[in-house]
Amino acid sequence: MNDLSLVVTILRFGFLVLMWIMVFSVVAAMRRDLVIGRKAKVGELTAREARKHPELIEVAPQAKPQAHQLVVTEGPLQGTTLELAGMPILLGRAQEATLVLEDDYASGRHARLFPQGTRWFIEDLGSTNGTFLGGTALTRALPVELGVPVRIGKTVIELRP
Amino acid sequence: MSQLLTVSKPRRNTELLLLVLALAMSAMANGLVNLNLGRSFDNDFYIQIAILTVLSVGFHVVLRFKAKYADPVMLPVVVALNGLGLAVIHRLDIASGDTAGTRQWMWTSLAAIAAIAVVWFLRDHRILRRYTYISLLASVILLILPLVPGISAGNVNGATVWIAIGPFTFQPGEIAKITLAMFFAGYLSSNRDLILLAGKKIGPLQLPRAQDLAPMIVAWLASVGVLVFQRDLGTSILFFGLFMVMIYVATSRISWIFIGLALIAVGGVAAYQLFPHVTRRIDVWVHALNPEYIGAAGGSFQVVEGLFGLANGGLMGTGFGQGSPDNVPLANSDMIIASIGEELGLVGLFAVISLYALFIARGFRAALGTRDAFGKLLAVGLSFAFALQCFVIIGGVTRLIPLTGLTTPFLAAGGSSLLANWIILALLLKISDAARRPIDVSAMPPSSETPPTIEPTQKEVPAP
Repeated sequence: MNDLSLVVTILRFGFLVLMWIMVFSVVAAMRRDLVIGRKAKVGELTAREARKHPELIEVAPQAKPQAHQLVVTEGPLQGTTLELAGMPILLGRAQEATLVLEDDYASGRHARLFPQGTRWFIEDLGSTNGTFLGGTALTRALPVELGVPVRIGKTVIELRP
Repeated sequence: MSQLLTVSKPRRNTELLLLVLALAMSAMANGLVNLNLGRSFDNDFYIQIAILTVLSVGFHVVLRFKAKYADPVMLPVVVALNGLGLAVIHRLDIASGDTAGTRQWMWTSLAAIAAIAVVWFLRDHRILRRYTYISLLASVILLILPLVPGISAGNVNGATVWIAIGPFTFQPGEIAKITLAMFFAGYLSSNRDLILLAGKKIGPLQLPRAQDLAPMIVAWLASVGVLVFQRDLGTSILFFGLFMVMIYVATSRISWIFIGLALIAVGGVAAYQLFPHVTRRIDVWVHALNPEYIGAAGGSFQVVEGLFGLANGGLMGTGFGQGSPDNVPLANSDMIIASIGEELGLVGLFAVISLYALFIARGFRAALGTRDAFGKLLAVGLSFAFALQCFVIIGGVTRLIPLTGLTTPFLAAGGSSLLANWIILALLLKISDAARRPIDVSAMPPSSETPPTIEPTQKEVPAP
């Protein structure tokens, strides 16, 4: 009988310990996400991981500085940055846009930013108020150099390395 | 709205590990109840643990397919809380001879399956934005349902919030919490600028135009109507808090906080003067330990018994089955926090509260990470409603604030609450999946060959 009550007591405290192990495991699991403002280290991808999640493969670095980030420098979304993943980006007010502009002067599907070779091109999608690359209105797709402002409505975006 | 960089890694294996831990916690809790109360480990025990395992692992597998980048810690936290709640309800059943535990197992299964269905069928949370006004209509209908003769379950424990269809009873207000958050998120994400900029300026305050606020006022009246006609103080506090926080988050004007607090002060004093049931609640809270109030019908007996239970539990608790939480009226629903506090002590209760805090923090993290305004607002609204609900009920049980009948999320016995909270989990997982996923190109126009769509700019704003 004494043995049983000892076991019960141990289990009683054991359960409290287990509850806190649960809490701290959760905290440990989310520690990685608490890193704000810089990309947390995720380590090198193994061949298997790269095969399973092709979207994780980073674009191989080039000799020439390449655009890796899209930064909103003016407008309601000022300060927003977007990692460029080597895939086209739709800019506009529509909810399906990659960067949803909270800008009343932008059209639903305003402009498209897409990579070609080593450069990024911007193309106006027939917006009402036009897209301006370095001050001139776009009439066809043009390459966007690093640091050149692109104006869409009241929003100005720039590509950064 | 700064963009926070999130790690683009699925982390489903982390979730599986945490899930194993959560299931172990649930099994141990249920096992300890059986052991300490001298129950044999009959088939029920193994079947129930198997059900919980199958459901949560099933959910996990669905997440692997449908929401690979969803938050890895939310599901394990919920499974741990739900499993603990089931154990406590089972323990109280043994003491009182009730069968709430069986019903709770049924509802848990149903709620988890509903949540899995949401994750499976809801391709993108932004689809919900199309149903902004339908959500408002649904919320109003859900709130009116308990007052409709025929399906109303009448006055239960002082509040008319239940409907009864056949043998089933349901609390539609719990689901209304989700539809209202959907409405506020949809409405505020499209009309934020109008509320913010159009309208007269009086002193430092920018007053919105009446027509921009009309739908919000309808929603607000519905939540006040709950207080007046259904005598449900807790739900009305919940809706009002949700309303104020979502306006504040959408407009980022600190003045809303002060307006909200002022309205609460005025409304609180008015409700105290006008409604006898509110007067009663506050009197009982202030004079809880006065013998006259303890003895009176509808008095403070419940809350005081809960406090005695918490005191009996002390730091480490009495252990499952060793205390007497069944002395407290409604020990397995409203007062389940007191039951946990008695048998697991302050240490156990704080672990539970930490789990709640972690869940809420992950909800807000999903809101920070997601890229669309609707998703941000929806995640903030759902997480905040969850947080406020925890605060109101735990604060009520510990006599920090007057006790009002809200359910303790995932722990308390009650099907509608479980269903609503599991659906909230599913929605938050979906939003966090969108937040953590690397930029999605599936919604992109296939190529530049597609004819450009020309859309006029929004509403009365002139083109420059």
